[in-house]
Amino acid sequence: MPGQLTPGRLGPLLSLLYRYGPPRWSHYVKTHWSGQRLVMAIPYLWLLLFFAVPFLIVLKISFSEVRLAMPPYAPLWQWAEEAHRLVVSFNFSNYLFLLTDALYVSTFLYSVKVAAIATLFCLLLGYPMAYAIARATPTLRNLYLMLIILPFWTSFLLRVYAWVGLLKADGVINNLLMGTGLLDAPLTLLYTDFAVYIGIVYSYLPFMILPLYANLEKHDPQLLEAAADLGAHPLTSFLRITWPLSRPGVIAGSLLVFIPAVGEFVIPSLLGRSDQLMIGRVLSDEFFANRDWPVASAVAIAMLLLLLVPIVLFQRFQSREIGGRQ
Amino acid sequence: MKSRGWFRHSVLALGLAFLYLPIVSMIVFSFNNSRLVTVWDAANSPTLKWYRLLLTNEQILGAAWMSIKIAAMTATGAVILGTLAGLALVRFGAFRGRAFLSGMTTAPLVMPEVITGLSLLLLFVALEQLTGWPQGRGMLTITIAHVTFAMAYVTVVVQSRLTGFDESLEEAALDLGARPAKVFLRITLPLILPAIVSGWLLAFTLSWDDVVISQFVAGPGSSTLPMVVFSKVRLGVSPDINALATIMVVIVATGVLLSTWWMRRQERRRAREVQMARRDDQ
Amino acid sequence: MADKPPESTSQRAIEPGREYVRIENVSKRFGDFVAVDNVSLTILKGEIFCLLGGSGCGKTTLLRMLAGFETPTSGRIYIDGQDMSDTPPYARPVNMMFQSYALFPHMTVAKNVAFGLEQERLSRPEIERRVTEMLEIVRLGELAQRKPHQLSGGQRQRVALARALVKRPKLLLLDEPLGALDKKLREHTQFELINLQERLGVTFIVVTHDQEEAMTLASRIGVMDRGEIVQVGTPTDIYEYPTSKFVADFIGSVNMFEGQLVEDEPDHVRIRCPELANTVYVDHGISSAPGATVWVAIRPEKIELSRQRPPATENVQQGVVKEIAYMGDLSVYLVKLDNDRIVRVTLPNVERHADDRISWDETVWLSWHPTSPVVLAQ
Repeated sequence: MPGQLTPGRLGPLLSLLYRYGPPRWSHYVKTHWSGQRLVMAIPYLWLLLFFAVPFLIVLKISFSEVRLAMPPYAPLWQWAEEAHRLVVSFNFSNYLFLLTDALYVSTFLYSVKVAAIATLFCLLLGYPMAYAIARATPTLRNLYLMLIILPFWTSFLLRVYAWVGLLKADGVINNLLMGTGLLDAPLTLLYTDFAVYIGIVYSYLPFMILPLYANLEKHDPQLLEAAADLGAHPLTSFLRITWPLSRPGVIAGSLLVFIPAVGEFVIPSLLGRSDQLMIGRVLSDEFFANRDWPVASAVAIAMLLLLLVPIVLFQRFQSREIGGRQ
Repeated sequence: MKSRGWFRHSVLALGLAFLYLPIVSMIVFSFNNSRLVTVWDAANSPTLKWYRLLLTNEQILGAAWMSIKIAAMTATGAVILGTLAGLALVRFGAFRGRAFLSGMTTAPLVMPEVITGLSLLLLFVALEQLTGWPQGRGMLTITIAHVTFAMAYVTVVVQSRLTGFDESLEEAALDLGARPAKVFLRITLPLILPAIVSGWLLAFTLSWDDVVISQFVAGPGSSTLPMVVFSKVRLGVSPDINALATIMVVIVATGVLLSTWWMRRQERRRAREVQMARRDDQ
Repeated sequence: MADKPPESTSQRAIEPGREYVRIENVSKRFGDFVAVDNVSLTILKGEIFCLLGGSGCGKTTLLRMLAGFETPTSGRIYIDGQDMSDTPPYARPVNMMFQSYALFPHMTVAKNVAFGLEQERLSRPEIERRVTEMLEIVRLGELAQRKPHQLSGGQRQRVALARALVKRPKLLLLDEPLGALDKKLREHTQFELINLQERLGVTFIVVTHDQEEAMTLASRIGVMDRGEIVQVGTPTDIYEYPTSKFVADFIGSVNMFEGQLVEDEPDHVRIRCPELANTVYVDHGISSAPGATVWVAIRPEKIELSRQRPPATENVQQGVVKEIAYMGDLSVYLVKLDNDRIVRVTLPNVERHADDRISWDETVWLSWHPTSPVVLAQ
């Protein structure tokens, strides 16, 4: 057939490619080409399909109108047969709704507040712990690290659930306090902001401690000796030497706690208030209870925009951390 | 220095107590006879009745089996993809799209689960509309979703192992006549095996534990264990969940303790051998 | 620049081997950085060739291009007459001994040595035979079943050597082969390495920053600086007849004086150095215009010290001993001239105990033989 590309016709094409390809093309092909391309392509395509593309779909649906059908949203573009043109109906009403509805605004603010306070508590508890582990003898250090990581391997859901039993009005803590005569009436602990802080700090503590430990462990103890030798009080040494050097660890740990905590779903569902929801719960409710996919998508996009800066910060840090060791 | 040591040590003790208090309380109350989870029924305890109840609960057992299957498939898939991604990121230098790949592998580490869950569900719906695949949602979609977020963790683990690894070992193998694929199988893979094993276990745990993403991408009749547990505990405390938690803690603790003990024994033996070998030069 | 004597006698005889490796105008750039700059070099069959230079001079990059781990940005590399520039490392008839030894930690000594043979798809008994034979040669027979971490530094070095040599390469590349060993062991291993090389007739290319190592091992040395080969020659050539200030200064220590050529005859030259009171007389001619700026380099061990003024009017200089460093086998004297210039002189400590040794603050006369100074133009 005249128009077809036969192997014979491919020859000149290939030689063109060869001539204008990257320098040392032949060597490249021989030594690295096939394997390297394959190794790269498999995870790349997977992440492209299951991580990047889904975000585009969420973005697209967030501009759609809700309708009663399956799937419950109107298509963004349509080929109008009679007019011979593409009709694109961008719809900003979902975002407008988010911005004007007091419920959503307050939910966003509340989520950020809860995540920020919980992160701070996590840091206050985690820093001295990481420091103590980093300064312990090697045998004890391994033991402590194992103790920190061990709960992480057991179910997160079950460990959060355990706090329900501890914090309830007739729970372990109240029983204990009343039993010792410290209290006359039970404290309201469960279904409060406090319970959510406890839940987040409890669940995410290892994520705070491990990067901090990795950082603190690298510090040369002679730095502190040198500071002491130069007449610095231990507190001064800490503030002027240890703390500034550990800042990358503090930032990494805090981001590892803060970002997922903003969108946390399980902890506030089990331990939190029912009159003030967090954003993860609202998204889930919009989606499952109200079947409003476009608004749920808009909530997701808004959350992403909110977390964009911390996520980019985290990625910067992560690649520097790994790159620095290379 | 010494005088300030007490502070960090007491915080450490406090923190560890904080981490273990709920676990200990669950274990204790799993043997409690009373239905009221928090009131110790001294007369009839300890009892194994919640364990009996749990192990005859078809729904829980079925969900557990489903979760194990999904977790095993997830871990295997995530290890393969994560290892390839780690290799590409550490060994291939600067290639086009490297920053994008690195971004896509680190973002899932911190991405709120509701977003990942929602976006994957919308993808599956759109894919089914377009291509007819995947048909409905169930084990397959849950596994795909879990692989996607678990592979990020595997990538990090493999990446850090690869960066701390003498590249001249691979070059030596090339130099001795092994082709790149062979070098990977005979040298790289055995040496990063510890990272791959811990990556597998990590991915298994993450999948086994996940409730939020599963809720989005699961279909009718494909409830994982965390989903069943979540719907149960949302309604209130139930003592058989304490028993479930206890069983899991015992399994995990035994595994971790055994592996720690084994690793320490290996390390000691190795240190002894290294010391003995050093004498041979003298 | 200095005329070479017809024959250097102190050197091991080099077989007049044929050309084995040819490096032709090879350059390697990493971004803007030029690691290797237009190097051309010929290496003969059966010799030990040392690439000597400081860190970052490009010697390791050149070695890695020979092994195939780096591709030259431009230029060609021929091994045994074949263009190797595009051949991947696993297809080259070349083996390398790595600086870190790169022993596979998960394999025993025997498995490490067998690895290369397995890639050639030899039969099991053949592999076993050759591994055993090789381990005997490097005296590691009993340690065949040990893992690398169970070996001492010296044993690891021998495993690395055995692993590279068992493939019977025609060319062995050694990257700082003795760098990881302590001083005592190093000397012993140097001679072992030479013996082995002579026995197996393999061509060695050694990269090192250690001039002593290069001097003892090499039949020829190529000195590298900032990506370029600055001089190639036998160890004696390099030490006694450096062709540039860089080489004279880099190899051993040297006293360097700037001066003007005042007389240039076929059989001698005279140089006036502002820092020295008398002219320097050298007993061979150089081909340079009178009046040209040159440098006179004199090795510390080639200067004599005496309390009395030597009879000559040239090649003598007065000074005061400012510092004496006792090094055991020799002593280093730092002698200060009137113009504050310090001259370094070394004397062997021939006698165990000498009362009349020259001591601090004594006024002394320095003198040297007309054959000793090297005259350098650059």
